Amino acid sequence: MSMAAEERSVRVPWALTAPALMLFVGVLLIPLAMTVMLSFHDWGQYKGIEPVFILKNWKEIATDPYYAEMFWRTFRIAILTTLLTALLGAPEAYILNRMSGRWKSFFLLVILGPLLISVVARTLGWALLFGGNNGLVNKLLMTLGAIRSPIPFMFTETGMVVALAHVMMPFMVLSVWAALQRLDPQIENAAMSLGARPLTIIRRIIMPQIMPGVLSGAIIVFSLSASAFATPAIIGGRRLKVAATLAYDEFLNTLNWPLGAAVATLLLVALVLIVVGSNASIERRYAEVFR
Amino acid sequence: MRRNGPLALIFHTIFVIVMVAPILVVCLVAFTPEGFLSLPTNGFSLRWFRAIAQYPEFIHAFWVSLGLGALSSFVSLLFAVPAALAIARYRFRGRDALAALFLSPLMIPHVVLGIAFLRFFTSAGLGGSFAALIIAHVIIVFPFALRLTLAAATGMDRTVEMAAVSLGAGGWTLFRRVTLPLILPGVISGWALAFIQSFDDLTMTVFLAAPGTETLPVRMFLYIQDNIDPLVTSVSACVIAVTMTALILLDRFYGLDRVLAGKGDAGR
Repeated sequence: MSMAAEERSVRVPWALTAPALMLFVGVLLIPLAMTVMLSFHDWGQYKGIEPVFILKNWKEIATDPYYAEMFWRTFRIAILTTLLTALLGAPEAYILNRMSGRWKSFFLLVILGPLLISVVARTLGWALLFGGNNGLVNKLLMTLGAIRSPIPFMFTETGMVVALAHVMMPFMVLSVWAALQRLDPQIENAAMSLGARPLTIIRRIIMPQIMPGVLSGAIIVFSLSASAFATPAIIGGRRLKVAATLAYDEFLNTLNWPLGAAVATLLLVALVLIVVGSNASIERRYAEVFR
Repeated sequence: MRRNGPLALIFHTIFVIVMVAPILVVCLVAFTPEGFLSLPTNGFSLRWFRAIAQYPEFIHAFWVSLGLGALSSFVSLLFAVPAALAIARYRFRGRDALAALFLSPLMIPHVVLGIAFLRFFTSAGLGGSFAALIIAHVIIVFPFALRLTLAAATGMDRTVEMAAVSLGAGGWTLFRRVTLPLILPGVISGWALAFIQSFDDLTMTVFLAAPGTETLPVRMFLYIQDNIDPLVTSVSACVIAVTMTALILLDRFYGLDRVLAGKGDAGR
């Protein structure tokens, strides 16, 4: 390559990405930095936001047990949602993968399609199904004899976990599905021909191979659930707050922006640490699968 | 390959029913002839669909959402197409970092983005404006526009371009007459997926929308906060119908499995 061409091949990609880069620096990185700054500002009922550098908001979050309880609730709901999607989504992906062509693509569409349907509409569906103490879900469970007295779903963590698990399920199925595509069906057949029982095959052959898929699905589901807004707001009502709904309240009802910014910054930092940390440990543990 | 046993099929049936139930129940309740929430037991009625016409807020919000989705997806493609071509074709220093930055809106919680944009646009004097909504949506749909364009640009046959160059085409003509037509399916699908993302977003938009610039999800959310009645189910049924239409278009142009598989990887 001549000198001129080499220089051109360095300049061209930067010229092509420059507009997008400027956009991202100008309207993404700067606003994010401003939010972190905002969390150190002071706020008062009458004086509004004061651009000073203090740790007041961070101290309040660190000392007031209300915030500890709220963050603990947020992560508890996210963990339970993740477990539920993994326990149900992984077997479903496996079953789906064993179906014949046409059924496979049909059911894949049915299960993944909701991913693109409005979260408000989907959560509204759960609110209708839960509907007080004699909602459809409770009626069905009581008819089946699974429960004696109705379970309260609306305005409870149980209801939030169920609805969130439904909203997040496609991500888990997709992730396990992707892992299953890399799996060689001949290994399963080999194990069978050597006399392994179905349960042994699942435990010794399938599970270890789809585990990276389950774990990366779990990371996606966890981070999305921990920062979910619509579902906790609609199912949880006004009192049962999680991080996202609390930040919303501070911004649009109490108008204490610095405190809301601190809650949001903490959520962002916690999630980035958890996601990056678990990604790294998964990649270390399953290095040969990712190769 | 072994077939699924009866137990697996029972599990599968229950799973599918649970996945579909909430969406189905919204659509069914929308057709109730009653004045309260109930599954239509005595006849279907379009009463609640006609009732939407009595609420200009919903109609207005629908047009805001439609315009916002169409425009922000288009604008994000103006930025994403050149960026995708650069990332697909050149190996340059900072390439991975740039790609990571462009996909980062997928990793940042939308509630944090909403707060950041609210703070930013309020200090810029654009608080609650439609322009602010457009810019914010361009950012959140950018990864989707970029991904599908990138996939098309990576899979493209370069020999056709080389032939055009050897015949004397270059620069803008080369892009408009050769490259763009070749990546067009990816670009259109990128637009459609970006549109759906914008059309459905609540979490970020709820921070930015003011009366007059409320999008449909925001209007629906605020309505549900006050009370849940059949009206909001008929509005939801319309939203589901719009999304389904976009989904079918996507499937025709690109194949839904490819779109969704791309989306699943995105969160990693």
